[in-house]
Amino acid sequence: MANTPQHDNSTNPWLELRRLTPARIALGRTGTSLPTSAQLDFQYAHAQARDAVHLAFDHRGLQAQLSERQRASLLLHSAAPDRDSYLQRPDLGRRLHPESARQLREHAQANPGGVDLAIVVADGLSALAVHRHTLPFLSRFEEQSAADGWSTSPVILVEQGRVAVADEVGELLGAKMTVILIGERPGLSSPDSLGLYFTFNPKVGLTDAYRNCISNVRLEGLSYGMAAHRLLYLMREACRRQLSGVNLKDEAQVHTLEADPHTPNKGNFLLSKP
Amino acid sequence: MASFVHTVGQQTYRFDSLKEVMAKASPARSGDFLAGVAASNDGERVAAQMALADIPLTHFLSEALIPYEEDEVTRLIIDTHDASAFAPVSHLTVGGFRDWLLSDQADETSLRALAPGLTPEMAAAVSKIMRVQDLVLVAQKIRVVTRFRGTMGLRGRLSTRLQPNHPTDEPAGIAASILDGLLYGNGDAMIGINPATDSISSICALLEMLDAIIQRYEIPTQACVLTHVTTSIEAINRGVPLDLVFQSIAGTEAANASFGVNLNVLKEGYEAGLSLNRGTLGQNLMYFETGQGSALSANAHHGVDQQTCETRAYAVARHFKPFLVNTVVGFIGPEYLYNGKQIIRAGLEDHFCGKLLGVPMGCDICYTNHAEADQDDMDTLLTLLGVAGINFIMGIPGSDDIMLNYQTTSFHDALYARQTLGLKPAPEFEAWLARTGIFTQADGRIRFGDNLPPAFRQALAQLG
Repeated sequence: MANTPQHDNSTNPWLELRRLTPARIALGRTGTSLPTSAQLDFQYAHAQARDAVHLAFDHRGLQAQLSERQRASLLLHSAAPDRDSYLQRPDLGRRLHPESARQLREHAQANPGGVDLAIVVADGLSALAVHRHTLPFLSRFEEQSAADGWSTSPVILVEQGRVAVADEVGELLGAKMTVILIGERPGLSSPDSLGLYFTFNPKVGLTDAYRNCISNVRLEGLSYGMAAHRLLYLMREACRRQLSGVNLKDEAQVHTLEADPHTPNKGNFLLSKP
Repeated sequence: MASFVHTVGQQTYRFDSLKEVMAKASPARSGDFLAGVAASNDGERVAAQMALADIPLTHFLSEALIPYEEDEVTRLIIDTHDASAFAPVSHLTVGGFRDWLLSDQADETSLRALAPGLTPEMAAAVSKIMRVQDLVLVAQKIRVVTRFRGTMGLRGRLSTRLQPNHPTDEPAGIAASILDGLLYGNGDAMIGINPATDSISSICALLEMLDAIIQRYEIPTQACVLTHVTTSIEAINRGVPLDLVFQSIAGTEAANASFGVNLNVLKEGYEAGLSLNRGTLGQNLMYFETGQGSALSANAHHGVDQQTCETRAYAVARHFKPFLVNTVVGFIGPEYLYNGKQIIRAGLEDHFCGKLLGVPMGCDICYTNHAEADQDDMDTLLTLLGVAGINFIMGIPGSDDIMLNYQTTSFHDALYARQTLGLKPAPEFEAWLARTGIFTQADGRIRFGDNLPPAFRQALAQLG
């Protein structure tokens, strides 16, 4: 607010610290409270995150775009009928609806022989992430995976899906491995973060200990190219060692944990010698 | 196992065990529905509360909800029960106990003496037939005071854990959030970092850094890096300065196993912390975090409702004379606590039950973006817990934890509670804030200094 009284110090003398962290520091104060602009910035960020959670999965749009690229896809539904039950019953989001399971079984009978990798896409907690990142990620990934000779399933879209639903999809398709692209729980400053979960020898009932995760795929986070590189690494290693999960260390990760270029390391100014 | 029958008018309700009465008497929440233990409708819920109100407290000493033979937490509860402390209420039913707690007979002194005589299940049971105002009123009578370098839990005080998390543990980024918090008068409970990476070398580096900051600026607070207790033990063995020993705990042996701990491991951590003798005012040094739903999410709840499981975690906590215990109430997500109403009630239950058992309770007043909750709900819970006399809350920049991706109370929120409720920081920290010129507080009102404290002005000048 323009007419904030001067003695209330709503601009902040330590503002320059902001370049050291993405945290909401140096917000200033009016009395002891948040100034109006900081207060409304927060509300907008939360609103964006909430909208991402409740945004409906535009599977038609995604299927249309996939078919433009000559990529087959199949739309399935989890056992969770709607968003409210999805949020309260994680068990339902982990399983396919019986009708979807039947559809998938029929597909597998018509296309026997299995595949190396089942590719699953689920809305998860942010359809926004899936809308934004599925196609660009897949085109980067599939270009390389085809060159390496891996066979992949049609893109299996699952509405109201959780991570573990990919195990059932992979098992029904007779896939050697499965990867699910899923919207992660939106953070206040990251409503569109995509997560990739990878499982070797997928079966219903596996726990997270059998999965490897590549998280934070978004423009401000992990790049499509790096995510594709790490997924291909996991596929090769999983096939070589016949396992995935906690026992399959993601060595590729070590080289991708670069410092954020926007926050150069200034050392610790609180401890430097005066 | 006893069965309990309760008749209201024409309708007769039957409950096959104490565990079932407790679960069905629990105010509605998503986690109990998920576990399949909740009442099937509101009528059955209140009937279960009526049945529960008629059960003598002594019955809780004879019917364990989780068998003694199967669970070391049950064994701890039974084996450490203090019968003489229990004596003043041993003739009461759960309903009679609620009346007693609200009466003048229950005051700070009598409640302190009673704590070792209560089991977590008794505390959970009475909380289930208490309204929000009852949970606030009784908790407000209780003080649980602990000491390390500062004094927590005194009447008229509200402390904060300064939580300067950073997505990649960048030292300068962490330091920026620490300074921001200190300049808003936060950090008397501890400066406590959730590390992004869990390697022993980076944990040790963070511990060294916090220790150096606390020493350099002579801050009467304590440091904590929230890593697994075995990692803290390893850090201590390496000679790294460590104040508070952290661990997440739950209310069943199997749930604790899913965290990779048991009572023995916790004892080793406690003893390792004690061996350093770093507390200047006292040696309360364990810092535990808990939260409703953790046992269920580990599939380790034995059919016991989530609020009762949570209360059992406080029996684990109190065994190690903790500095602070934090119920991270809204972090776990909507499948356990669906909305603001459920989170608010759960936070007040946890605070009340913990305090009744003699545990120095704080609350991470928080929510995730997929829960039906917002800042207004957190303001409500913060205000209620402030009135209830909570020992500490979190303080982070602008309510936004950029590492853990959830929202908790901000530095400003703590100032709001201090100002409106007339609550001050811990006395040692209050004196430090006055000495450095950050702020003074009289009659509730906070008066900030006119200028940045010289020591911090100098540090900022380093940035150039």
